[in-house]
Amino acid sequence: MNAWLDKLYKTFIVDDNYMLLVKGFGNTILITLCALLIGVVIGSVIAIAKYYAEDNKKLKIVNVICDLYTTAIRGIPVTVLLMIFYFVIIVSDTTGITTAIIAFGINSGAYMAELIRSGINAVDKGQMEAARSLGMSKGQAMRKVIFPQAIKNILPAIGNECIALLKETSVAGYVTVVDLTRAANLIRTNTNDAVNPLVLLALVYLVVVVFMTKLLGVFERRLRKSDGK
Amino acid sequence: MENNVIISVKGLEKSFEDTAVLKGVSIDIHKGDVVCVIGASGSGKSTFLRCLNLLEKPTGGQIFFDGDDLTDKKVNLDLHRQKMGMVFQQFNLFPHMTILENLTCAPIMLKKISKEQADAKAMELLARVGLADRADSYPNQLSGGQKQRVAIVRALCMEPDVMLFDEPTSALDPEMVGEVLDVMRELAKEGMTMIVVTHEMGFAREVSNRVIFLDDGVIAEEGSPAELFGAPKCERLRSFLAKVL
Repeated sequence: MNAWLDKLYKTFIVDDNYMLLVKGFGNTILITLCALLIGVVIGSVIAIAKYYAEDNKKLKIVNVICDLYTTAIRGIPVTVLLMIFYFVIIVSDTTGITTAIIAFGINSGAYMAELIRSGINAVDKGQMEAARSLGMSKGQAMRKVIFPQAIKNILPAIGNECIALLKETSVAGYVTVVDLTRAANLIRTNTNDAVNPLVLLALVYLVVVVFMTKLLGVFERRLRKSDGK
Repeated sequence: MENNVIISVKGLEKSFEDTAVLKGVSIDIHKGDVVCVIGASGSGKSTFLRCLNLLEKPTGGQIFFDGDDLTDKKVNLDLHRQKMGMVFQQFNLFPHMTILENLTCAPIMLKKISKEQADAKAMELLARVGLADRADSYPNQLSGGQKQRVAIVRALCMEPDVMLFDEPTSALDPEMVGEVLDVMRELAKEGMTMIVVTHEMGFAREVSNRVIFLDDGVIAEEGSPAELFGAPKCERLRSFLAKVL
């Protein structure tokens, strides 16, 4: 027992190694949250654009562009995307955090777009008709009637996307970002202790994911209020 | 008579891909008319009604509402739709809003009135259909008949000139049909212009002043309820009535 505590002390406390983990944790959360925000914005814009483009031949080009984007993103591994952004497109970003946020955001946007689109399509057609019959424009009906219901439908799926995004950011180390995973890996190489940093790393991800799942459950319960059950 | 025509339909046609559903329907609706549209399923009744506020785009003909041609692309359709309330077979209440929010969201957004004003108006109308105590409920907590009464009030909150009813009682359990028809009867008595697609022949006979029999995409017969139900002229109407009455 004492030997293990001694080992922990050497691994995490000496040289203030734990600070590396704290900083890495902060970066992981920062990247996840910002990328999520970008993803939701891109996803909503694309989903709504495609909804409009569906029955308007003049907007066909919009549809093509959106399809191209989702196809490209779905076909390219996020690690490759990240490296292309870091080494080819945004070469001036030294810490890599901005690049990571943008790359993960754009990646997540494609998945969000498909999710939100499926959510919009799942809303009963009568809802749009009722809103239009009251005199709302298509945009007003979308904002007030369709979109809130769509989001409610897909909240569990969005939660899964958040969790996937959090875990995906563990490859940010490829472009020099000191995220949680890279921090733990640095400690491993610095201290020759593989077990403790990696087990702790796994535990931290696990705890964050469990926390996110709980949070989502609270949201869902609050939204379900209107189902009258 | 001519100056109180509120809706004038001229040669209305509608086809879905290869099937022609409406093949030239023309009719004038006057202020205060209660027009019931009857006919077998597939005769184009619902399509006709849905064309009136352009939920379905007509493929031919014109629809004049308050003198403006709604099929003209330059016309502000949203503005005209505010004046044409519509009630659907499936109610189509907004499930994520309370009853009160269902009633006030369009007036607040479109008529630029204050929330207090909209609430007051909604509560007054809700009380008249006997549902004031359900203002804070959600649609899923209501019975079918209650939902449909709320749907009627939602349309009324926009203070429309015309009300369109698309088989308002067809999705209801039999014991709830009466409460919805009562509200509609009340509305007709107050002089609301109504166009009702219905299978309720009793209601058509008692409340409407004109009945239209649609058959195969055209108006096969039209007249007062006494004429249509009492002395039907065309053979199709006779056999239709024999089946439903």
